[in-house]
Amino acid sequence: MIKLKRVGQYAFLILASILSVFPLIYMLIAATNKSVDVIKGKMIPGNYLIENFKSLMAQQDVGGAMWNSFKYAIVLTVISLIICSLAGYGFEIYHDKGKDIVMNIILLAMMVPFAATMIPLFQMFSSAKLLNTTMGFILPTISTPFLIMMFRQSARSFPHDIMEAARIDGLNEISIFFKMFFPTMRSTYAAAMTITFMNAWNSYLWPKVIMSDAKSMTMPMLVANLKAGYVTDYGVLMLAVLLCSIPTIIVFFLLQKSFAEGITGAVK
Amino acid sequence: MSKPKKMNLNQKQNLSGWFFLAPAAIMIALMSFLPMLKALILSFKTGIGTNMTWTGITNYVRMFQDAVFMQSLKNTFLYLIIQVPIMLILALILASMLNDKHLRCKGLFRTMIFLPCATSLVSYAIIFRSLFAVDGFVNTILIKLGLLNTGYNFLAHPNSARIIIIIALVWRWTGYNMVFYLSGLQNIEYSVYEAAKIDGASPFKIFTKITVPLLKPTILLTAIMSTNGTLQLFDESVNLTAGGPANSTITMSHYIYNMSFKYVPNFGYAAAMSYLILILVAVLAFVQMKVGDKRD
Repeated sequence: MIKLKRVGQYAFLILASILSVFPLIYMLIAATNKSVDVIKGKMIPGNYLIENFKSLMAQQDVGGAMWNSFKYAIVLTVISLIICSLAGYGFEIYHDKGKDIVMNIILLAMMVPFAATMIPLFQMFSSAKLLNTTMGFILPTISTPFLIMMFRQSARSFPHDIMEAARIDGLNEISIFFKMFFPTMRSTYAAAMTITFMNAWNSYLWPKVIMSDAKSMTMPMLVANLKAGYVTDYGVLMLAVLLCSIPTIIVFFLLQKSFAEGITGAVK
Repeated sequence: MSKPKKMNLNQKQNLSGWFFLAPAAIMIALMSFLPMLKALILSFKTGIGTNMTWTGITNYVRMFQDAVFMQSLKNTFLYLIIQVPIMLILALILASMLNDKHLRCKGLFRTMIFLPCATSLVSYAIIFRSLFAVDGFVNTILIKLGLLNTGYNFLAHPNSARIIIIIALVWRWTGYNMVFYLSGLQNIEYSVYEAAKIDGASPFKIFTKITVPLLKPTILLTAIMSTNGTLQLFDESVNLTAGGPANSTITMSHYIYNMSFKYVPNFGYAAAMSYLILILVAVLAFVQMKVGDKRD
């Protein structure tokens, strides 16, 4: 009886794992095959990868889109981590009634759907000449309630006597943050980095709104543009999807643990 | 003499606290609350560009006479009512299966089920679009198995297109929610489970009487997050079905986007529709919190 249950449990988990991974395997294999073979349902890797790559490069500026995506995502991640960790630290370490009220107001911003701010943001950014710029990409999500909350939570475990000792040693408040808090909170920074980078890399609606110039296009936009043709070249399309997914999959495997901690950490 | 000096130090620290949080707070005010206010004003106006005139609640009235908007509202709720429960229950079952000390390859299972989270929304939408295309993989297999004679155009029929969107969403987000439950389960003493097993409780009973009640706060959180996410669906609607056939799978955000940037721009009307989403998010979160509290 117990053995039967075990078998059922393994069978369910194996099935779930296969279903989870299959679409990605399909993508991987399709990227190496001719479109006609993909349509025939060929499920073994082919030797058409280079051809697909050449044909993709001829159609789209992959290098440019990759560069843009990396540039936007990295700039956003760095600035966002600095601003939000400073805030989370400020809210927790120096907390008083006034700051708690401000924190609660900030948490309300979590409820605001992007569709509701998108049009005014577009108007504001177009009159500030921020369309098609890195600044335009990063500003709306440079400060997020989620990250502030995450850093506030981690600042809770930052010992107060260390601060007192540092103050007696003559460190000012800013140096305490950079010299004491920053190095001890490495794992929180790793988690925040993973999440922010992934969100920035994957974002689609906002870049679609403000990046009208082909030169400012991001990878997800490039992939979405490819499907517009009448005849879909599946090999080329899946190669583009693969290229768009490689950075996030690498980040996922390198930082899987901190990613998992990050998405759940802020809610504990 | 020492007392005023200490007060001074406290004040100084208090002030540096405000300096620390000011940049983030100001950015949220400028990038969330200010646009929100502007959208509210916009929603009572009509016109193009700088030629906007007050129109009262016309935009809000128009919304409920707009067949496409009503369809997008229906679709969003359909995804919400069918997809969110399936996904959360599946995630709960997977998490409680993985939270088993005697299970082998636990890490491998977890990584594989969590992996869909690493793909971008546009990417997975396009992978699913290819899989379910007329000449796509699923049709090829169904024909080879003799279940179909010619390819079925899943994305050209409203109901099958909606089902594909639901399948895709479940695929992308189940592992994500599972990770929340796994971390929640770590706070439950494993001995509780051992004791229940010794008392002869069935796995189903353990699941409904121990796991679900103890995970309630996490379940509430994931329900609110998924509701929020579903009300804002965009990438899937655009890239998987393009809202079609004939707007039958379009989501609210997608329609708002079309109304603002694809058709002749009507920012006032689009802003009014976006306010309905805002209200729905707030009301549903409130209801869920109330329901979540009651079961205590």
